[in-house]
Amino acid sequence: MAVIEIEGLAKAYRVYQKKEGLAAAIGGLFRRQYRMVEAVRGIDLCVDQGEFVAFLGPNGAGKTTTLKLLSGVISPTSGTARVMGFVPWRRENAYRRRFALVMGQKNQLWWDLPANESFRLHQQIYRIDRQQFDRTRDELTGMLGVGNLLRQPVRELSLGERMKMELIAALLHSPDVLFLDEPTIGLDVVAQYNIQNFLKHYQQSRKITVLLTSHYMKDILALCHRVVIIALGRIIYDGSLAGIVDQFGGHKVISLQMLNGHVPDQLDRYGELLSSEPPHIKLRVDRGVVPDVLANVLANHSVVDVSVEDPPMEEIIAAMFRRIKDEG
Amino acid sequence: MFPRLATSWVIFRISLEERLVYRGDFALGAVMRFLPIVTQIFLWAAVFAALKAQGAPQRPEIVGYTYDNIIAYYLLVMITRMFSSMPGLASGIARDIRDGTIKKYLVQPIDMVGFLLLYRVAHKLVYYAVAGAPFALLYYLCRDYFGGWPDAATMTAFIASLFMSFLLGFFLEATLGMTGFWLLEVNSLLFVYMLLSFFFSGHMFPIDMLPGAWGTVVKLSPLPYLAYFPAAVFLGKVSDQELHWALWLQLAWLLFFIAASRAVFRFGTRRYSGYGG
Repeated sequence: MAVIEIEGLAKAYRVYQKKEGLAAAIGGLFRRQYRMVEAVRGIDLCVDQGEFVAFLGPNGAGKTTTLKLLSGVISPTSGTARVMGFVPWRRENAYRRRFALVMGQKNQLWWDLPANESFRLHQQIYRIDRQQFDRTRDELTGMLGVGNLLRQPVRELSLGERMKMELIAALLHSPDVLFLDEPTIGLDVVAQYNIQNFLKHYQQSRKITVLLTSHYMKDILALCHRVVIIALGRIIYDGSLAGIVDQFGGHKVISLQMLNGHVPDQLDRYGELLSSEPPHIKLRVDRGVVPDVLANVLANHSVVDVSVEDPPMEEIIAAMFRRIKDEG
Repeated sequence: MFPRLATSWVIFRISLEERLVYRGDFALGAVMRFLPIVTQIFLWAAVFAALKAQGAPQRPEIVGYTYDNIIAYYLLVMITRMFSSMPGLASGIARDIRDGTIKKYLVQPIDMVGFLLLYRVAHKLVYYAVAGAPFALLYYLCRDYFGGWPDAATMTAFIASLFMSFLLGFFLEATLGMTGFWLLEVNSLLFVYMLLSFFFSGHMFPIDMLPGAWGTVVKLSPLPYLAYFPAAVFLGKVSDQELHWALWLQLAWLLFFIAASRAVFRFGTRRYSGYGG
């Protein structure tokens, strides 16, 4: 069953173009030049209940704008969207009680008070039954290991601890849809891993629908089966992670371990030599010629070990973003 | 109805707790409120002394205000300003718009203006509770400047105007802050407002001192209802006839700014671009 339905959704901003210099600044008082920035250019998307979908794209691609539209923070220029049957930008309370938005760069908790006070306020705002509230809070704080920090002012928490508290605040009312905008930004690898694990477990146990934007491929790899790639305000890919490799990964990486540490000359005739640290060699080879290259290498050289891998996902996606940018 | 009350209570309670976090700043803020009145007393003592030196009668008056009246007026304006001034409200709203913090009010099932009103009530109440004793002492020491307590009807009108001055101050400044949806930076607008308010709310001098048409025009504006009007009512400077229409006018301005704040929020959020990531 579709929980999120988007058709032709577009959002354009009028952006003031300020020229350099004092004279231009004074001139700007009387006459200004504006440019229309099309952040989202008519996207169509359908997300079923229980899906964990990643939004990928370079900075300024339109990912966060899409989340803002779906959470009702901003209104679109054109197009329609329905989340659980609600039009987000009407901001009906019935809708706002059923979703949550977590932004890694924004703090929604009361800065000077312990997180527990903010949680109490959420209990009232979202009309959560007291027993249900206690149960959910204890469960979430237990899962994230922050039960002992509930009485500490938020300003005195580390970034990772604060992010965990933000997540708890967002999940106290058991939302059906969760929008996560770079929830692990700025966190160390341990904190990232803990939050990934928590989100994975939480989403699987509750079967909620999650839309995630993140620049960390590890987040995406750990959590999402479906990936939507947005660039220049348009969806350019919607499918599985493996599909990205098939569609956009034009080559493979062959790793060789040579006998006696001997590195033969002219290996670059097989493909691009990525690294040569005897006895280990890495070659980048077009996908179509991998069997031929392997056959030739094994026939002509003394190889102890060989492996063929896809290039790292970050590399494929970075190459894709570069290509999109170049093509405009 | 009951859940809404319970929510309001929790917002109020948490706002109270938050206000009590920074004790030093809070205590200093409370004490500093008393300083301006001291300078006003010295200033007007000098003005009236100069009048006497120029051969004025034993109890000279300026537009119907004796020296005692003037000091009583400033003491009362201090009270009305405690109700109607909203430090940081407009600039805080504009800052939230500019840096995107306002999003939390848009995604949660909560009314931002109502939330901020409760927050402000809590802050004011804490301030009154702490400043109550020193204020009581000050007024006791200055009791001779007052000509006694006003009658019940005047007292009722004073309390009503004081209550409305709080709400008027809140909704007026909230509306100004929400112009940030269009202007983004509202500091200059707030500076102009503070300047006008300083002169025309009666903070600097009683509005009666403004000559002719100027006085009439200013009295029709919302500003005198933030300081001058409640103080003048208490001192009996407002005639019965004027009191009635002035109270109605204060109510009309209050309703206008309630409606204006709602409209500005509604239209502002429609054009909001969700700044700050």
